[in-house]
Amino acid sequence: MPARTLYDKIWDSHTVTEESGRPSLIYIDRHYIHEGTSPQAFAGLKAAGRRVRRPDLTFAVMDHSVPTKNRDLPIVDPDARGQFDALARNCRETGVRLFDMFSHNQGIVHIIGPELGLTQPGLTIVCGDSHTSTHGAFGALAFGIGTSAVEHVLATQCLRELRSKPMLVEVRGRRPRGVTAKDLILSIIGRIGVAAGTGHVIEYAGEAIRELSMEGRMTVCNMSIEAGARAGMVAPDEKAFAYLDGRPFAPRGKDFQVAVDTWKGMATDPGAAFAKSYELDASRMEPQVTWGTNPGMVTGVTGRVPQLDSFADPQERKAAERALEYMALRPGTAIIDIPVDFVFIGSCTNSRIEDLRAASRIVAGKHVAPTLKAALAVPGSRQVKLQAEREGLDKIFTAAGFEWRDAGCSMCIGMNDDVLPGGMRCASTSNRNFEGRQGKGGRTHLVSPITAAATAIAGHFVDVRELGVDLE
Amino acid sequence: MQHFREHTGLVAPMDRVNVDTDQMVPKQFCKLLTNVGYERMLFYDWRYLPGTETPDPAFVLNLPRYQGASILLTRRNFGCGSSREHAAWAVRDYGFRAVIGPSFADIFFGNCFRNGVLAIPLPQEQVDELFRRVDARPGYRLHIDLPNQVIRDDSGLEYKFEINPFGKEALLKGLDEIGLTCEHEAEIAAYEHAHNPRIELHGEVDFSLPAAS
Ligand code: SF4
Repeated sequence: MPARTLYDKIWDSHTVTEESGRPSLIYIDRHYIHEGTSPQAFAGLKAAGRRVRRPDLTFAVMDHSVPTKNRDLPIVDPDARGQFDALARNCRETGVRLFDMFSHNQGIVHIIGPELGLTQPGLTIVCGDSHTSTHGAFGALAFGIGTSAVEHVLATQCLRELRSKPMLVEVRGRRPRGVTAKDLILSIIGRIGVAAGTGHVIEYAGEAIRELSMEGRMTVCNMSIEAGARAGMVAPDEKAFAYLDGRPFAPRGKDFQVAVDTWKGMATDPGAAFAKSYELDASRMEPQVTWGTNPGMVTGVTGRVPQLDSFADPQERKAAERALEYMALRPGTAIIDIPVDFVFIGSCTNSRIEDLRAASRIVAGKHVAPTLKAALAVPGSRQVKLQAEREGLDKIFTAAGFEWRDAGCSMCIGMNDDVLPGGMRCASTSNRNFEGRQGKGGRTHLVSPITAAATAIAGHFVDVRELGVDLE
Repeated sequence: MQHFREHTGLVAPMDRVNVDTDQMVPKQFCKLLTNVGYERMLFYDWRYLPGTETPDPAFVLNLPRYQGASILLTRRNFGCGSSREHAAWAVRDYGFRAVIGPSFADIFFGNCFRNGVLAIPLPQEQVDELFRRVDARPGYRLHIDLPNQVIRDDSGLEYKFEINPFGKEALLKGLDEIGLTCEHEAEIAAYEHAHNPRIELHGEVDFSLPAAS
């Protein structure tokens, strides 16, 4: 057999039918659904008189529109209530297991999949959500799909897909102190662009990737879609196996050993071909801050808002000009001179326990700047919340003037009440700085959790490397 | 699914790179339970005067010359970001039968096909030429011929385009993709028999449904 990539191996082992030049039918091992993109799929299924083929491989959670304040209060937004009711009804009727907003295991779908051990190496995982790429951190092939495709998977447990092209992003060297997984992926996107991954599946490799924790790898894979790739993955290794060991849905005992042996064989073979590849050096990276309205519009924290003349391509220049107008920024402004109104620590990119621990160390014993309108710390799941509270992180955040919230997507997308008001500037640990993403007219700057935390204290962007605190 | 064979229509330009699906349909409309009726939501935050649903006369799709447009001309990486199919529904419900551009984001591209909207990738120079023509000639129309995979205007422009044979067939016939897959029941069952995909629960998990028994 010729040398194959991790992607090739998973694809090959999940092909149900194959015809050259046409899409293949590939089998789906895990189907995650949430209230946002599933109601129309269930409705279509019902209208066609079809049933859910494998409710046992399908898991539902409420995350996008859930309140993060008091869940005992009635849901006043009739549209959100409609979504929750529809999801509960659909799950009840079809036998799909659901984590509603009162479950102790509730959380953002991409946080709870790995946390429960549902996400495992070598699996195909889909969800009606583009950040499904997160699960690739375990060496799974995981990607987002539209609602019609959700219906297709519900009905057939398969998807009709064209094979993607494997793409290698190799990050050599060691991350300097203060440069997190978030800075690494923002640097990658800044370098390769927001469409480099279109039609491709990214495999991240190299010393800087291997050295990341599973949480860090999830942060990196999460934002693959921001580079245009539907999926991003990392070869599973001892860190992935250790993370999964003992999780509720992970194999146990002898079965776990058998699984690990299989998982070890997933890694890309030496000499396997990639359609394209990029190489970056982590040791030269610095903490990143976005200045524009897509994640590729990013610079180092010591940098400045770019001059329009620096864009050779007229289309890019026009986009930058528009972005600066939207962001109300002047070319040449030093990043650290930009004041912020809001800080949001959360989202499927950066709301895991490691993120909260790192951010809490920065804010411990300090207080958010008086100029700040609000600072939110939103755990990605109720299990993360529980763990953080066991460690006393909630007290550290609240003492520092942060609001400590319940788990959900929150101000990453503002589908609940956590909306960034128009004209307000937010340092956010989420993944999209699109116009209006956090709220109509809101201005988002994507940063790491430690940069967000330090920014909350200072009231403007900060180079965390200059702080005399533990940054890991 | 609406089928697509040939179409002649007015072309409207969207002269911005990396248009994301958050702009095409903002989040508040992603809470609706339907997959029709998204006409009014397309480019919602760009299209209306602040705080109203009064069309902003300066927004390109509101210009009198582009009223009734059914072909959208775009720049690269159109439809990036969120997987929300609402974006494709809104494009369709607005009345666009086809979207032409240098490149499309993968998920949006698939969503278009699944809703009978033909997404046509063309080389950058050809797209540039189309932008020039749309700009220069009010009422500029294109004819799209899917069986022959070609677009034409009435002054000699003729561009071939690529499309996957399955996507082409599905659009031409308006096929039910799920129905087609169901015809492979034997293969799917054989796959399940051979690989036994399953999940076992070993620990405590707090499911809301099914209710604890
Ligand atoms: S946290 Fe944000 S990006 Fe992640 S799933 Fe929720 S809305 Fe999407």
